[in-house]
Amino acid sequence: MYQYTETDQTLVDERVAQFKRQTEQYLKGELTEDQFRALRLRNGLYVQTHAPLLRVAGPYGLLNSKQVRKLAYIARHYDKNYCHFTTRQNIQFNWPKLELVPEILAELASVQMHAIQTSGNCMRNTTTDHLAGVCVDEVEDPRPYCEIIRQWTTLHPEFDYLPRKFKIAVSGALHDRAATQFHDIGLHLVENDAGEIGFRVLVGGGLGRTPIIGQVIKPFLEKKHLLSYLEAILRIYNLFGRRDNKYKARIKILVKESGLDHFSDRVEKEWLLLRDANELSAERIAAMKLEFTPPAYERDTANDTSFEEHKATNKAFATWVDHNTAIHKVPGYKAVFLSLKAPDSPPGDMTDTQLDAVADLSDQYSFGEVRVTHRQNLVLADIKQADLFALWQHLDALKLATPNIGTATDMICCPGLDFCSLANAGSIGIAKEINEALDDMDYIHDIGDIKINMSGCMNGCAHQSVGHIGILGVDKKGAEWYQITLGGSSENEAAIGERLGPSVAKDQITKAIVDILDVYIKNRLEDESFLDMVNRVGITPFKEQVYATS
Amino acid sequence: MQLVKDKEIVNDTWRYVPDDGDFGDGDITVSLARWKSDQQSLLNHKGKVGLRLLPSDGVDGIVDDLENIQLIELEFPDFADGRLFSHAWLLRSRYNFRNEIRAIGHYIPDQVFYLSRVGVNAFLPAKSSDIPFVLTNLNDFTVKYQNSVN
Ligand code: HEM
Ligand code: SF4
Repeated sequence: MYQYTETDQTLVDERVAQFKRQTEQYLKGELTEDQFRALRLRNGLYVQTHAPLLRVAGPYGLLNSKQVRKLAYIARHYDKNYCHFTTRQNIQFNWPKLELVPEILAELASVQMHAIQTSGNCMRNTTTDHLAGVCVDEVEDPRPYCEIIRQWTTLHPEFDYLPRKFKIAVSGALHDRAATQFHDIGLHLVENDAGEIGFRVLVGGGLGRTPIIGQVIKPFLEKKHLLSYLEAILRIYNLFGRRDNKYKARIKILVKESGLDHFSDRVEKEWLLLRDANELSAERIAAMKLEFTPPAYERDTANDTSFEEHKATNKAFATWVDHNTAIHKVPGYKAVFLSLKAPDSPPGDMTDTQLDAVADLSDQYSFGEVRVTHRQNLVLADIKQADLFALWQHLDALKLATPNIGTATDMICCPGLDFCSLANAGSIGIAKEINEALDDMDYIHDIGDIKINMSGCMNGCAHQSVGHIGILGVDKKGAEWYQITLGGSSENEAAIGERLGPSVAKDQITKAIVDILDVYIKNRLEDESFLDMVNRVGITPFKEQVYATS
Repeated sequence: MQLVKDKEIVNDTWRYVPDDGDFGDGDITVSLARWKSDQQSLLNHKGKVGLRLLPSDGVDGIVDDLENIQLIELEFPDFADGRLFSHAWLLRSRYNFRNEIRAIGHYIPDQVFYLSRVGVNAFLPAKSSDIPFVLTNLNDFTVKYQNSVN
């Protein structure tokens, strides 16, 4: 895992000093609301319904145990004993005091963390595959490139006041687990016909109010041109992106309005002027790769027999292994998901006690490393199979072992009315209701792979438009209503969900979801997933059921 | 009026001439429209001539004129309009403009570090009381991750 150099540390320390000054100036009235707003957003600080919200960057979702303990400490001392993991691999604190935020940022800097550019109209935290470096379908580990991009985007002097926010995601695997088709720029590591590895570059994807699937702007970009190509895209966007209407300011609208051909001509012209003077050297790439060398895996872990024995004798353990672990490229190891979707806690939330315990478990079992997934769960990526049983017992005691990864209760859910001033409707409460309606684990496992995403308004923080089932809170004359979409996906077969019909009332939404799942159970073909069935039969059977009974 | 140029406080010797105003004597700046319409008389002007650019003006249209321009003022209508950062970068890096580039209008002193990195070397803040902040904030960071002009 990447360790800060002196330069990195100086940069975050100087940023803390800068923000401390800005906060003091604001409190003294020397900066206006508007001015301070732009500055605080670039340090992760929103101000909303109840209190400020501080969003801390999880650099491409990777944390070490020391950092996790620091998050626990911050939750305990500056917040109400919990924090929230987001869909962009970041960490949010819901109750910090504005005047104490510089102090929190200094705490973060002491463990090589920051909140720089986690909000505001600038380049945001770069995200990636939570199984990077350990999955079996990887072309190349994306993390060295993520760190190179992290550095390039951080405090970029030219591109800090963009028309709108800008998000980059990188995937190094055949299966896209980073929703790269829904980012302003998506990068895929791919191999060309000559056997060289480079990037397929996508541009103009995004969620929010106008969900759009990104388009390929460069089928193959040599690695040495990564930063010059990003620079060319950003410059064209900075110069020509719309600034007259914030709902049309994302790069996706620029690409759509100018057409991909025209847009890519401009980028190409700009790039050719930059390219040769801005190469990423092979040495720099090689040095960065050394920061992400695999940990010291043991050799004979696959010989362990206790794992199979425990599975055979303990059904709960076997079920958990089935659902909450992923295959690892090293035989005898597994990647383990920690479910932050226990039925009785808000999706993505974690307490200080859980954080501390997970830090300890990661030290004991997983080389001191923890990852954040874009579905708001955590991963311990390198667990020996012989350790799985003990780890499961610990996680179970911590309520982090609900065997529901990838299932109906592994919902992505935004804060909604409970915390967000923009919300039309509640979402955490509905998630809880759906959880209660689906309290039979066997039924949930029978439904199998399904992604339910729920946002409290059309900003779409919880990616409802790409949920297999999407739920969107809408306001109808002051009452909370919900619009349902089916068939969305953020993975390889990217799609935007289709609207089922008129929105349904709050007291009907849970029933509607249960109805939809019932239609699936009754009509699926053998081994057919929910998404496959929706793609086969369309929305009509679901629609008939939901609106017949409501 | 005073401004910060190359990290020193200096007096402003320039005067902006509105589109319907007379050039008079001394060092003057004009809008892009005026530059395009009155170029001949501006080239004969006794005193230096500068250009005041808005974000929407862009810089591509003045590339051939740069040798006759002694100052470019980048005027911020709103501090969040980041196009001027790219304009400064283009003027310096791509078009090799060597004379003064000055930030004027509604930017904030907290932006001067970035502005100086993309090639702005003079700052006339909206409020003269901001001059000390400009001087301090030019030193916000001692390290950087990317290439730019500075
Ligand atoms: C309660 C505080 C929050 C507020 C005020 C808020 C506000 C917003 C707004 C205004 C947008 C729309 C931006 C646009 O379309 O350009 C947005 C989008 C988004 N937010 Fe939030 N949000 C909040 C919490 C969250 C949380 C908790 C998450 C993660 C679970 C999150 C993740 C996202 C994502 C991923 C997007 C859309 C990305 C895209 O458009 O591509 N937000 N948010
Ligand atoms: S989707 Fe809407 S309600 Fe939910 S967090 Fe985002 S802005 Fe708030």
